[in-house]
Amino acid sequence: MSKFGGSNNKKEVPAMTSSSLSDIVFMLLFFFMVTTQLRDTENKVVVKLPEASQSVKLERKDLASYINIGTPTLQYQNQYGTDARIQLNDSFKTVDDIRDFIAAERESMSEGDRQFMTTVIKADEDVRMGIITDVKQELRRCSALKIMYQARRPATD
Amino acid sequence: MASKKKVPAMNTSSTADIAFLLLCYFLMTTTMGSQTGLSRRLPPMPDQNQKVEDQKVNRRNIIVVKINSADRLLAGSEPMDVSQLKDKIKEFLSNPADDPTLPEKTMTDIEGYGQYPVSKGVISLQNDRGTSYHAYIAVQNELVKAIDELRDEFAFKNYGKPYLNLTEEQQDIAKKAIPQNISEAEPKDVSKK
Repeated sequence: MSKFGGSNNKKEVPAMTSSSLSDIVFMLLFFFMVTTQLRDTENKVVVKLPEASQSVKLERKDLASYINIGTPTLQYQNQYGTDARIQLNDSFKTVDDIRDFIAAERESMSEGDRQFMTTVIKADEDVRMGIITDVKQELRRCSALKIMYQARRPATD
Repeated sequence: MASKKKVPAMNTSSTADIAFLLLCYFLMTTTMGSQTGLSRRLPPMPDQNQKVEDQKVNRRNIIVVKINSADRLLAGSEPMDVSQLKDKIKEFLSNPADDPTLPEKTMTDIEGYGQYPVSKGVISLQNDRGTSYHAYIAVQNELVKAIDELRDEFAFKNYGKPYLNLTEEQQDIAKKAIPQNISEAEPKDVSKK
């Protein structure tokens, strides 16, 4: 260094050790991996959950199957209209398809867990009860009796 | 001795980038929000071959809560607001003065507690096809709130603690002492009117 003369005689700033940075990020990563769950479906209906102060937590998320009910999102409205529709997995379905859906969900669970299966009805607060009554009747026919009306706790408790 | 070569340190600066990438992937594809809601058990579908037996439930043991298509509420025989429903249900289920028009109680032996007069009251919830889901959930919520408050009262009286702080066995006892009898009516009953 010194052979280049005095003009270059600045002290070099030691490089910051960034080896622990990866540890920190990995820790964050594990935190998120543990606390979150994979989003399995894309929402094709708009669901604004109703409020209920007495709502309880869903115990076994892995045993829940979801029935979304609401108006289709903007990009699907020219195709499906603005009436409330049922979404199972990734597509719009009718009430008659619930039977197959429940059967498929049951099939994917282990024998012992089937009795604990919960069907979560995730409906928009503005839908009419008619469609929900139809869904409920169909669920009774498939003997999927454990249901949950998904709701959110009001912000001010 | 002097010619001992130094092992060059591995460049680890990109590990952080890789980890960040993974982190972003998980942030995008997962959801965190815990799901909450109101749990219910639907009654099983009656067998078609089986003759429908009229369940003889004494009239005093039933309170009918109706919601019409304009989201107006009728409990028992009087129209009311959702905010009044909770007290009405609490009075109905607890029947503190043993009123002959309110549900009767039967002494039931609860394991681990002893005798307790359990109310035979049933709440029958009926709705119209045009009722909004919003109103329906609001009513369901009030019903649950009434029962939860009764269980809380039971817990305070017997254990001096709110219901949520009881042990699991004590919660079971409270659940048996104040059962959640909400019947969601068959839709055919609804369409008639």
